[in-house]
Amino acid sequence: MADNTTVTVETAKKLGLLPEEFEKIKGILGRTPNFTELSIYSVMWSEHCSYKNSIKWLKTLPKEGPHMLAEAGEENAGLVDIGDGLACAFKIESHNHPSAIEPYQGAATGVGGINRDIFTMGARPVAQLNSLRFGDLELDRTKWLVKGVVKGIGDYGNSFGIPVLGGEVFFDEVYNTNPLVNAMSVGICNADKTISATSHGVGNPVFIVGSSTGKDGIHGATFASDDINEDSAKDLPSVQVGDPFQEKLLLEASLELAETDAIIGMQDMGAAGITCSSSEMSAKGGCGMDIQLDKVPTRQEGMVPFEILLSESQERMLVVVKKGREEEVNAIFEKWDLNCVEIGVVTEGNQLRYFMDGDLVAEVPADTLVLGGGAPVYEREFKEPAYFAEAKKFSIDQIEEPTDLRAVAESLMQNPNIASKRWVTEQYDSMVGTVNMSTNGPTDAGIVNLKGTDKALAVTVDCNARYVHADPEQGTAIAVAEAARNISCSGGEPSAITNCLNFGNPYVPEVYWQFVGAIKGMGEACRKFQTPVTGGNVSFYNQSNIGGKVEPVFPTPTIGMIGLVPDKKKGTTIPYKSKGDLIFLIGRSQNDIASSEYLVGWHGVRNSPAPHFDLDEELQLQASLRQLIAAGLVRSAHDCADGGLFVTLAEKGFTSGFGFDITTDSELRPDAFLFGEAQSRVVVTVDQVREGDFVDLLANAGTPFTLLGHVTKSEIRIDDQAFGDIQDYAEWFHNSLAARL
Amino acid sequence: MKFGVITFPGSNCDQDMIYVLETIMGQQVEQLWHKDPDLKGCEFIVLPGGFSYGDYLRSGAIARFSPIMNSVIEHARKGGYVLGVCNGFQILTESGLLPGALLHNANQKFICKNVHLKAQTFQTVLTNQIDLFKPLNIPIAHAEGRYHVDADTLESLNEYGQVLFRYCDENGKVDAAANPNGSVDNIAGVCNREMNVFGMMPHPERAADAELGNEDGKVLFESILNIVSV
Repeated sequence: MADNTTVTVETAKKLGLLPEEFEKIKGILGRTPNFTELSIYSVMWSEHCSYKNSIKWLKTLPKEGPHMLAEAGEENAGLVDIGDGLACAFKIESHNHPSAIEPYQGAATGVGGINRDIFTMGARPVAQLNSLRFGDLELDRTKWLVKGVVKGIGDYGNSFGIPVLGGEVFFDEVYNTNPLVNAMSVGICNADKTISATSHGVGNPVFIVGSSTGKDGIHGATFASDDINEDSAKDLPSVQVGDPFQEKLLLEASLELAETDAIIGMQDMGAAGITCSSSEMSAKGGCGMDIQLDKVPTRQEGMVPFEILLSESQERMLVVVKKGREEEVNAIFEKWDLNCVEIGVVTEGNQLRYFMDGDLVAEVPADTLVLGGGAPVYEREFKEPAYFAEAKKFSIDQIEEPTDLRAVAESLMQNPNIASKRWVTEQYDSMVGTVNMSTNGPTDAGIVNLKGTDKALAVTVDCNARYVHADPEQGTAIAVAEAARNISCSGGEPSAITNCLNFGNPYVPEVYWQFVGAIKGMGEACRKFQTPVTGGNVSFYNQSNIGGKVEPVFPTPTIGMIGLVPDKKKGTTIPYKSKGDLIFLIGRSQNDIASSEYLVGWHGVRNSPAPHFDLDEELQLQASLRQLIAAGLVRSAHDCADGGLFVTLAEKGFTSGFGFDITTDSELRPDAFLFGEAQSRVVVTVDQVREGDFVDLLANAGTPFTLLGHVTKSEIRIDDQAFGDIQDYAEWFHNSLAARL
Repeated sequence: MKFGVITFPGSNCDQDMIYVLETIMGQQVEQLWHKDPDLKGCEFIVLPGGFSYGDYLRSGAIARFSPIMNSVIEHARKGGYVLGVCNGFQILTESGLLPGALLHNANQKFICKNVHLKAQTFQTVLTNQIDLFKPLNIPIAHAEGRYHVDADTLESLNEYGQVLFRYCDENGKVDAAANPNGSVDNIAGVCNREMNVFGMMPHPERAADAELGNEDGKVLFESILNIVSV
């Protein structure tokens, strides 16, 4: 048996632990750990589970808000009070490393894992969002990854029965080896019927429910805490296999369980399986646990203790049941034909004791394993990378103005980062659950109908990683601002965020500098918007070590935000509503093309600063926009984002068939006016008869705005020059991605 | 009218159907569990969409063996009404209550989007209130929705007015371009010859709530209630 292996510092290093961490473990136990114990520490102290290199900075993020029911780290996901006795549980998580070597299962189990985080709290998942990053679309590997990831997300989520309400797909060569797959789930529950991930009450039985335990995903958390390299394909057993049907059954059974008061707590098994759930629940409740590993239903014969402990087999939960209520719990799982097996008991003290056939195979104190307990916390050094100062030297004057703006517009429509992602999104069920209000009225944020109330929930994921790379602090503040802007454009008020922090190797000072900057920018923006950070996930080591050359991805702190639409009848959609409506830009145009798709795609300039951004301007813009929407003064709204103003105006035409006739600003370069990505701008349309009220409201608020022009039948005109018909742009926009895949 | 909506393990549109029947149409609805053969006196049985048993063998292939299906078949043989939507349609073809089979979509991908349909007959319980010239905007969401029957069966379906819906474009034109999944003859839904068992791939329950901005599917439910009230 593996437990008889002599454990040395070399064993520890092979499991991904540092020599000083091995010493620390010996200190905690007062002896040398056996192999099983060492395995337990290696996963629990892995970056993935312990946040050891990030927690110091994560603690600087704002956690409190007026509507928080559970703060970051308290439960599996953040919990926000949304009124009417309802609460919203939401979280985003990465599944980058598994997706890099097995895109279909990697992405599928990412969807499964994040949904379990939600329903383990007693909330029914109602919306899914995905934030995806891939490499150069010309590469066969990228196409393989895109097809696999999209099919994986679709097959899992469609069967599980959760609609996809939003997301983003971005392509850049920095993601060639390391794609990013971030999945977000949003759930709704009764605020007084939530389930906690805790354990207490000596003598209470501990159950494992759901799927049987197999050898898949062993050391997955450790695998996720290292670079991808030439040998990574050998780590294939580290990738878990998903079964959405089991997950659907587990969902229904868990929600029936939430209706009873028969349980103390429940936690899903994701990274580090039984080890993680038993230690985190015990540490939270301040008690110990005895677990009989031989009672765990397994998929194969002869699994040894460390395999059972570390297995990341999907669709499983650990449940602590009130003694005497076992039959109620059994009946629910029997109804859904799921395993429900008593494997242990809550004990006094803080020791976790794992037994196999009566033999004690591992004994460790619960609190020494977990974040906030004995898990190590490191301060990493950081250093400004050379490219940062270099980028600041950029000036728009270095870039020649194109003579044919129409050609630029045509090319942007077909740029994969701007073109329609319909090829992707039509493979996802976006309507199951009959809550998606954005299907027939497209909105900047996904809008979830809260049936039986006047409200709706707004959900979005955003991050322009190019901006974050250009300036981590400002770029991340922009990501928060853009998420909030999408919610404001849809008639909502931003409530709270979850984050998925995808970075390179934290031991590289330049990478860590990006991380620190991102956290600072996020913290500042979230404090201004009063959107606390409810939790999320850190994914380091997203860089590739190929032939000795290290290639980190763009720092990608994906922001998942929820907001509340107080009056769903006043939700505002993207499309133009009728010919002749006035088109206004709220916010200021700038002579700025920094970090735009136009600058990168058309001019081939990759290094420039983040685009113009001012947090106070942004707050004012959004406040005014929400006032306009509440007053019923705008007929459509859409923010200026990737591709700039022209793309925003065109997108407003695609679903309505209308065109636009506008005038540019003679004081700005027309390319900057049309294609620059300066932030804090929103395009709205206004009924001519409401123009006076519209202007008064903005003038009183002191919010800048410009009359751009008006909505046309289908023609596009700029400064009295014909730019073609909206239908042509729609064709390019809708068909280019499919054509390239 | 008492409706019964069956929940199979893996059904995921059962609650959507119940919401429309109960809250929007104001009908009495029983939620029926697949392990219980008792139809509880329901007059109109609905098999909702989803992935019964994960669709692991073949869509609908395992669900047809659920205990409740014997009762459903019995109910149908006696002339009772049965509607299957999406996975429900697949279960009805697997259990022989409806002709044909649902194959993988021609593009081999799951497709979720709004499509247009034209009702082909108003002489059924499900379609009697529908304007045959008005294309209905109703979404599909399936990976195995390509309706297939052999040529002889197709001819008899047409002859006996068993084709309920065909995919069309927004102007009502039925052609290959408007066929989202490669179904034979653009067929989106059929009924049995006795016209009491109905199956369709599109989801009318996803287009019946004013709050979602599309009520084109509501007319199917209105048709059902119209016949019953006569």
